[in-house]
Order: sequence, then structure tokens, then C-alpha cells
Amino acid sequence: MLADPSTWIVQGLNGLQLSMLLFLLSVGLTVIFGLLHFVNLAHGALYALGAYAGVSAVWMLGSYWAAFVLAPAAVALAGTVLYLGLIRRMRRSGPMNQVLVTFGLIFVFLDIFRIVWGDIALGIDAPAFLSGPVEVLGVAYPAYRLFIIALGAAVMAGLGLVLSRTQIGAMIRAGVDNDRMAACLGLNVERIFFVVFCVGCALAGLAGVVAAPVFSVTPDMGTQILIPTLIVVVIGGLGSLKGAVAGSLIVGFTQTFGAVLAPQLAAVAVYALLAGILIFRPAGLFPARG
Amino acid sequence: MSKLKGLAAGALALAALSTASAAEAETRVGLLLPYAGVYAALGEEIDAGFQLALEEAGMTEEFAIVREDTEVKPPVGLAKARKLVLEDEVDVIVGLVSSGVLGAVRDFVDGAQVPLIVANAGNDDATGSRCSKYITRVSFSNGQVNRPMGQWMYDQGIRKVYTLAPDYAAGRQMVGAFAEAFRQAGGEIVGEDFTPFRKTQDFGPYLTKAKAAGPDAIFVFYAGGEAISFVKQYDSFGIKADIPLYGSGFLTSPLYVNAEGPAAEGVVTALHYVPTIDTPENRAFVEAFRARTDRAPSEYAVQGYDAGRALIEAVKSGADSREALASALAKVTYTGPRGPVKIDPATNNIVQNIYVYETIKGDGGLTQKIVGTVEAVADAPNGCKL
Repeated sequence: MLADPSTWIVQGLNGLQLSMLLFLLSVGLTVIFGLLHFVNLAHGALYALGAYAGVSAVWMLGSYWAAFVLAPAAVALAGTVLYLGLIRRMRRSGPMNQVLVTFGLIFVFLDIFRIVWGDIALGIDAPAFLSGPVEVLGVAYPAYRLFIIALGAAVMAGLGLVLSRTQIGAMIRAGVDNDRMAACLGLNVERIFFVVFCVGCALAGLAGVVAAPVFSVTPDMGTQILIPTLIVVVIGGLGSLKGAVAGSLIVGFTQTFGAVLAPQLAAVAVYALLAGILIFRPAGLFPARG
Repeated sequence: MSKLKGLAAGALALAALSTASAAEAETRVGLLLPYAGVYAALGEEIDAGFQLALEEAGMTEEFAIVREDTEVKPPVGLAKARKLVLEDEVDVIVGLVSSGVLGAVRDFVDGAQVPLIVANAGNDDATGSRCSKYITRVSFSNGQVNRPMGQWMYDQGIRKVYTLAPDYAAGRQMVGAFAEAFRQAGGEIVGEDFTPFRKTQDFGPYLTKAKAAGPDAIFVFYAGGEAISFVKQYDSFGIKADIPLYGSGFLTSPLYVNAEGPAAEGVVTALHYVPTIDTPENRAFVEAFRARTDRAPSEYAVQGYDAGRALIEAVKSGADSREALASALAKVTYTGPRGPVKIDPATNNIVQNIYVYETIKGDGGLTQKIVGTVEAVADAPNGCKL
């Protein structure tokens, strides 16, 4: 059975698809951390919010694509409220306070989801032309999962271009490297922070709505995905796009192939990997500040 | 352990005092259910069924109800059980969704000699090696629901099966009971996987592996959010056309099947209750439940209803103390929404029909078509001595 190459192709695609979902989540988290020095543990809750906003959009407008557009926007809006109401004040208050406050936010969000959308797990359907399998590399693979892979790759390339080739990218990189010096040079660091935070939130919302047709939408889906996402950030190194890419690929493939080759160890494989990386590269593989 | 005995003795003394002074007409019931957290929906469903039974009998006045939230945490469940017995002085505890919480309160209710009606938790041990004359289960046991499918699937001509379940006690018991019966019938389990419980959202890797093993069918146990993810992902990989999906009935429970959508069509599972059982008792129950909640009752609702029904039957038989309730509960027998039910004197577990049903497209969404009934399924005592 394991000698059959088509099985390995499908498993490779499974790994790639999980990696792309983790990338969409971790890139927002890591850039917010790198730039704002802000530990936002509620990032996973924003992912769940994206999924729930997507469910509501499908209920009201009957279209997956409306949800695809509206859910990230709704989460970015929620991010704006969070930023103005809470995070701006918390920025200089030290990591322990930030962790405690955003940890508390997770529970606030959990109860909001339960009150608004109920306890019973929900789901939405993938758009008709993406449901069902298609032929790729000689194997049948769910079309919707290919769409996730393509979307993740597109976001990856887009962010890479913006960060390395545009002026706003240069400003962000300057802010990550040394925010005081950047401010002295006349950059409005506060505004850059705000924009980056909202983009990070929108990406979490995008990941949520994209995940909704594959996974069930439950109040605790954000808490479930938070730990793999944090592991991606720690493995990849704080604050860098390259780190988010590398970290999500490593974690995605470790989880997928761990499940296939050693199911008994699948749950701990990622933690073992994390421990290994922390011993040999305590700052992660590609930290923003070398 | 001695501390526990001390507590139990204290509870007994208190109980003796309270029964002497409390009004005779009223039975005090502690509803011990998850009202928050991941299983809150199940708690609410059981509560609604229980209420319905009391209303239907016109006996809401005869029972004083105290609700406590287990939060699905064993230590919390135990603390709340103690509170119900020592502080609220209840005559009987009803509820428990999680087998973990049942395991935690088992010794306490046994020692304190308080009757407990289990309305969900399916752990085989609770009516097996760790059974108690004070614990009566009106829901199901993990083995009871799945064992009949072993013979039934073999009779359909299925010879090779791949099994999947979450990696925790219930997952292993559910699939284990099926696998044992299927092997005994002459079938072969060509592969099995246990997925990390509550950590697996992506079943892609496991489904790919199962397909590669080339079985005639896949048999799984998943519930709640995992059930929705699993059924949808199974369909999206296009496995449905070649390898049919079977499982424990929680997979396509009426509570979750609508979120699964068309992916659930054609999936065949087995359970002790489906809303489409065609009997006068069940039609009346479905109608009453619909009038109350505007949807079809799930297996959890009927478990809550039967917990209430069993309690009413026991009280009607004249039981007015904890001891008398415990022995009266074990003698309860009637025909309810799920068909004829009785309590097995050997284990205190319910004896009931198991329905094999296919999820099909009906007029108002997905519905359950019964394709087979295995009557009066009882568990072997498995070390239980009552």
C-alpha cells in the first residue's frame, strides 16, 4: 500500500494544503509580533470569527464568494475595534500583561460565538465547481483543497513582493528592525502598526472562511489551531515572512506525514520538533533580527 | 480513600436527617450536565428531554430540580456531585454527558448510596467491571451501539473493513466492539487508525491511507464537530463512489447532519434512536419535542426523556428514599420513543433495540431511513457483579 506512488502524491498535497492554512494564520501573528512586539493570543479567536462571519454571510447572501470577501473585512473591522480599544494601550505594558489580556480575550470570544451562533457545530459548502475531486498529477484530489494551496501560494507571493519591493514594505521592515530610528526618520510608525495589525487580522479571517467548508465551525476551533500556529511562529523565527513560510511547511508536513507513518506519535511529533529547534536555534530558523 | 468514606458517611447521616424532615411529596433531583463548554449543546438537549417527560406526566410539581454545570471536567463534576448530595440533599442525580466525569463521580455516588441515572456517558466499564447498584444507565453503552453492526455488515457481504476513531476511551471502545463482532462473524479488519482526539481537524492523511488499503467499507466513530469534518472530507476526496462509509450513529446524528449536507447522503450508521422510528410512541414524542424546540429530537433528547420517564416510573411505584429509588429504577420497563426498553438486572444498563439507518434526502432536508433493526440488545456482564 505504501509503495503506491499516487498515495504519496496525495499525502504531499495534504501536507501542502495544511501548510498553506497554517501560513495564512501565522504570517499575521508573526508580523504583528515582529513589528508591534505584541503577543496576540486572540489571533486564533479571530480565525474562528472569520469562519463564523463566513457562515453568516452564506446564510444571508447564499454565496460562498460573498463570504470569502466579507469575512476578512469583518475580522479586520473587529481588529480595528480591538486595536483602538485595547491593543494601542497595551503596547508598552510588557509581554506578561499582553499575554494575560489576550488570553482573556479568547474566552470572551468563545462566549460571543456561543451566544450568537450557538453550541452546535456548523458548516458551509464549498462553491459548486470546487466541490468534488479533480485529476492532478494522475491522482484524484479535492478541488477545494487545491484552491487553498493556490490561495496560500498567492498570498505568500503577494506579501513577499510587497515587503521586498514596495515603499510600504521598506517602511515595515524599517519599523521591525528599529521602530525608534524609523520614527526619527519621519515615518508614522503608529499608522504603519495599525495597518499591519488590520492586515494580520484580515488574513486570520481569510484563513477562517477558507477553512470553514473543510472543517466544522465550532466555538473552540480557534483554540485548537492556536497551538500549531504558535509552533509555526517559534520554529520559523519571530517577525519574518521567510520564517512563517518555512515554519508552516515544516509543521504542515510533520503533522501530515506523522499521521501516516507513526499515528501513535503524530500528536507529539510537532512538539519534539519544536524542542529540537529551540535547542539548536533558540531564535527560530529565520528570525527577523539576526 | 478514607476521606471519601468519611464524606460518604457524612452524606448518609445528612440524608437520614433530611429525609425525615423534608416534605414527602417532593423528590429532589440534581441535574448534573454540561451547560457550558464543548458539550453544552448536548446538556441542553438532555435537559429539554427530561423536562418534556415531567410535563407529559403532569408531574412538574412533584420534582424539585437543582441544576449544576459539570463543565465537562472530572474534578468539577465530582465537586458538583458532592454539592448536590451534601448541600442540596438530592434524592437522585440525573445526567452526565462525559465518560470521564462519570468515572470521577462513580465511587462517590456508590459510597454515598445516591441513585444516579446516566443520561449519556457510554463508558462500558460503568455497567461492566465498575458497575454499581446505585448507577442505572438509560442511554447506551459504547459497545452496545456498535457491536450489532459487526454481524449486520458481514451479512451485507462486506468482508474487509478499515476503521477510524478518535484516540480516547470512547473511540477505542466503540470501534473495538464493532471490530470484535465483525471478526467473529468472519470479516477482516485490514487497517485501523486512532486520530489525536480534539487535535485532528484534517482527516485527509488518514482518509488517503484508508483508501490505499483497499477495504470494502470504512467504519468510524466520530461525534460533534469531528463528525462534520470527517463526513465532508470523506466525500470531497471522492472515496464515496468506491468505498461506502459506515459507523456509529453519532456520525450522522440529527443534531449535526444538516451541517454535513449532501456529503452525508448514503452513509449507513447504527444507533439506539432515530427520529423516524415509525411507532405511535415515537410519533407523539417527535411532535411534542418539535412543538417545544422547533426541530426533530436527537438521541440526546430521548436519553433525557427516558431518564425522566424512568424516574417517574420509579416514583410512581412508591419509591421515596434513595435506597428504594435505586432498586425501583432497576425494575423499570416500558415502551417509549425508542421502542421497548428495560433495565438489565445483571448490569443496570438499558436493554434496547439498535437501529441501522441510512441518511437520505427527504422533503425537509436530510432524514433517516431505517434499513435494519437488531432487537433487545444487551451487554454481557463483563465482570459486573450486582
